[in-house]
Amino acid sequence: MTTLTTDLKRLGEVKAPPGFADRLLAHVGMADSYNHFETVLGTVYVAWNRQGVSAASRSASAAEFEEWFRKEVGRNVVAADPPRDLAAKIDDELQGRRRMRFDLRGLTPFEQAVLRKTSEIPRGEVRPYGWVAREIGRPAAVRAVGTALANNPIPYFIPCHRVVRMDGQIGNYGGGGPEAKRSILTMEGVGVKRLEELARTGVRYQGVKTTKIFCYPTCHTGRHALEKNLVWLHDEASARAAGFRPCKVCRPAAVA
Amino acid sequence: MDGTERLFERMVHEHQDRVFALSLALTGNRHDAEEVAQDTFLRAYRALVTYEPDRIRELKQRAWLHRIALNVVRNRVRGVRPRLVELNGSEPDHALGTEDGALLKIELDALAVRVAGLPPRYREAVVLRHVQELSYQEAAHALGQPVGTVKANVHRGLKLLRGDDHDDSDN
Repeated sequence: MTTLTTDLKRLGEVKAPPGFADRLLAHVGMADSYNHFETVLGTVYVAWNRQGVSAASRSASAAEFEEWFRKEVGRNVVAADPPRDLAAKIDDELQGRRRMRFDLRGLTPFEQAVLRKTSEIPRGEVRPYGWVAREIGRPAAVRAVGTALANNPIPYFIPCHRVVRMDGQIGNYGGGGPEAKRSILTMEGVGVKRLEELARTGVRYQGVKTTKIFCYPTCHTGRHALEKNLVWLHDEASARAAGFRPCKVCRPAAVA
Repeated sequence: MDGTERLFERMVHEHQDRVFALSLALTGNRHDAEEVAQDTFLRAYRALVTYEPDRIRELKQRAWLHRIALNVVRNRVRGVRPRLVELNGSEPDHALGTEDGALLKIELDALAVRVAGLPPRYREAVVLRHVQELSYQEAAHALGQPVGTVKANVHRGLKLLRGDDHDDSDN
């Protein structure tokens, strides 16, 4: 028979519910929260914190996502109800309307620069790895750009699938291999087949005879040119020799 | 993560069980207890980020958290209900100690309901003295009352919990 005071003492030994500390730390922004969302890409797990969206992955299960996040991002992550507008933001972002903030803390300044530059590539277009390298002022760091994009913690939202090989081939993709890259680009309106055909024949740029401007083949400024006015160019030198200047929008070469 | 955040993280891990137990005894159910405990730490966090390093060093964390939790509960009772924090997934039953004499969770919860049903001044005194096992000195400090008052309230509170007026022997 226990006395009242021993019972009260036992009441004092009650433990906090499992996950209490994690939820609390997530609430003050010291751990990340996550949930899964149905999107045009299927089920995507998305993590966020006060700084913004911190990771995304098409994981097969919550457990798989948690494990991936802890390894990749190195913080704790807790399942939580998303902020009211997050689902809408995710949809918008994947449809090409940008409203999302990203948390890139924990990445090196170089990796951050690569990812921010990649975010500027419009939906429906692609750029080579070398373009990213040149644009961030590190023209020789092409391989490093590839590595930084392979380790992109927020694929689909930071569109690393829009960065392709220098020769125009689609190249590899951490978010599900070359096939996934191809299908996401197709969904975004990139003519992948045409792009690969051009690449096979050594074409890098598309010039427009009437404007004397050359662009990357997917640049939206060249999209409305008449077929008869298009010329296919193999390199910058021959383009310039033929009197073309680089487009100021897609910047296929340093603008002199 | 800066120093304050690390300190806060340690504080949460170190004191979460105590603060939750305190909240459970004061509110009488686990859902409210989790809200109170969460609010307590959120207030602590908001205070910590404004404190000077000296003040943080001298902080008696346990006593401080007790005072915050008491205030959180008092404010709820007054109807100044703090903004509810989204809670996710209720916790499954987790095993309590299985040593001899351990109460089943259901019995503990029933006791928490009875304690929470006491009038506030008795409830707070009983909980600090017998659930949290503070000394009368510490409890008096946390409540901002004279030691004699706390003793009387504890005494009276235990009597009410026993539901009779027979002489108490374990006080």
